[in-house]
Amino acid sequence: MKLAFQLAYKNLMGAGLRTWLNAGVLSFAFVVIIFYNGLIDGWNEQARIDGVNWAYGNGHLVHEAYDPFDPFSLQDGHGMLPEEMQGNLTPVFIQQATLYPQGRMLSVQLKGIDVNQTVVKLPTHLLDSSSAEFPVIIGKGMAASAKLNVGDQVLLRWRDRNGTFDAANVTISGIFETNVPFVDGGQLWMPIDKLWEMTGLTGHATYFIANDAYVPEESAGWKFESKEYLLRELTKIINMKKVSGSIIYLLLLSIGLLAIFDTQVLSIFRRQKEIGTYIALGMTRWQVVGLFTAEGSMYSFFATVLGCIYGIPLLAYMANKGFGMPLSADQSGLILAERIFPVYGAALIIGTIIVVVVSATIVSFLPARKIARMNPVEALKGKLQ
Amino acid sequence: MKYLVFLMLTPGLLMAQQYYPNAEVILQKVDDNLTSTTKVIESQMVIHGRRGSRTVSSKGYAQGFNTSFTEYLSPEREKGTKMLKLEDRLWIYSPSTDRTIQLSGHMLKQSVMGSDLSYEDMMETRKLTEMYNATVIGEETIDGRKTWVLELLAKVVDASYEKRRMWIDQVRFIPLQEELFAKSGQLLKKTVLSDVARIGARWYPKKINYKDMLKEGEGTDFIITDIQFDVNIPDYIFTKASLKK
Repeated sequence: MKLAFQLAYKNLMGAGLRTWLNAGVLSFAFVVIIFYNGLIDGWNEQARIDGVNWAYGNGHLVHEAYDPFDPFSLQDGHGMLPEEMQGNLTPVFIQQATLYPQGRMLSVQLKGIDVNQTVVKLPTHLLDSSSAEFPVIIGKGMAASAKLNVGDQVLLRWRDRNGTFDAANVTISGIFETNVPFVDGGQLWMPIDKLWEMTGLTGHATYFIANDAYVPEESAGWKFESKEYLLRELTKIINMKKVSGSIIYLLLLSIGLLAIFDTQVLSIFRRQKEIGTYIALGMTRWQVVGLFTAEGSMYSFFATVLGCIYGIPLLAYMANKGFGMPLSADQSGLILAERIFPVYGAALIIGTIIVVVVSATIVSFLPARKIARMNPVEALKGKLQ
Repeated sequence: MKYLVFLMLTPGLLMAQQYYPNAEVILQKVDDNLTSTTKVIESQMVIHGRRGSRTVSSKGYAQGFNTSFTEYLSPEREKGTKMLKLEDRLWIYSPSTDRTIQLSGHMLKQSVMGSDLSYEDMMETRKLTEMYNATVIGEETIDGRKTWVLELLAKVVDASYEKRRMWIDQVRFIPLQEELFAKSGQLLKKTVLSDVARIGARWYPKKINYKDMLKEGEGTDFIITDIQFDVNIPDYIFTKASLKK
């Protein structure tokens, strides 16, 4: 076997540019596979961390009648949880309201949250330190769409528990920047005590955010949704992206493998005398098949080395500087940072190397099988078979 | 001396109080003018926007306060859109998508065809006398007509507006102007009613301007081109099946 690899190495090095073209194409597929998967993994990791830090905590205890995807459910999807069950939970109460910035009308969700909470990164301390009667904090996206700045007062209209309209000026006490669109767009965060007072629904919550110490327990009218469950949509999208991305790199890989396959077919056709000589010198047919297969699979090793030469600096640069997302991406409703920093795990790199080597070996072996059927005498004469 | 002044003024004050008629009676007369068992209205809604005005015409059928059906006739974009209100539920049929959707929650806060009227403004289901205690607080003249100024305070907990102020024509008992307030006292909406005409035994305003006071703009004019009261409307009109007809 050692001899096979030595011969394969010498033959490939002797082929010169042809070898490096094949290895180059394969290495490109290799680098793209790692980069694309690293990008998706980076997005996934960042989005999960942001989702947990800004919205999900350790999970949500949600009122049974509330469905976050159904705004109709907001009207009745709230209730009171016994005090003794509220340990390690931060209440969030949602009501609908209308905001009137610069004479325009915006439908918004008014979210009340405990100002002393630390379970999510929302800067609720700004609400506590504000002297305004109705302090609110909003996300950067909301501030941009409503053209609001810190200190601005804007008229808000809402309904109380009986459906009676009320209105007051709310003060923007802070603007936070987040990658999580569902704590930003169309939302105003305010002290939950104030929202209870405004609506007359004291003690009500739409959901509770659990901290790490929370142990789920049965409570009538409420259901616990773990952070994994809350992240399920993201997981689905990530998986879908990986599948759709695999089409691109399968195409690239196919081009690289096709080049190896063609080279192998050509080698076996042109090197019949060499094959005959190997057999005449005592090698079995399958040893010659092994030699040619080793030659083909060695392309993948060369591709790996070549890929490392230009891939490592390139991928390291991208991991350091990140990949800028278009401005419109934050309107997609997904947790998406302005820059995604790819993450290249050992499993990804080793897995990709194995895929490239195994597939290169297979496509090298397929044409080499022909050698096993060759007549050595005819091969020595260089006759076409 | 101050007792003397007080004694001199007392009869005047009493007379002034007695001069104002009973507000509840006025409100009852307003309700009598504005409500009917059934009505069929052909109307135009002129929506004044930043880029000009546009007119939406419609034909509406109503049975009391709780049941109504409206079909939009023009412009082409809105033609065929139908709206059905049954009690506190509202459905809209859109011919372009051939789908009927039920409006609820925040969608009821959206404006009707871009006007100053929201869907929830159309969901009010009771007479004024059932919802408000009224007091006459003054007398003013609007467009040459003498009006009683009534302040209405909700006597039911679930009234949309806790306070209203109405300017009621002293002869025709039709509101010529109305202001709707939030609990905080913030003025939310203003309505101006004009072109009051005699229709059968009642007076009715044929032009109503709705203005959301929190929004910029000139508001929305609701112009009645034809109205019939207490006519027989077939029951099938007020069914979901009629939305797709």
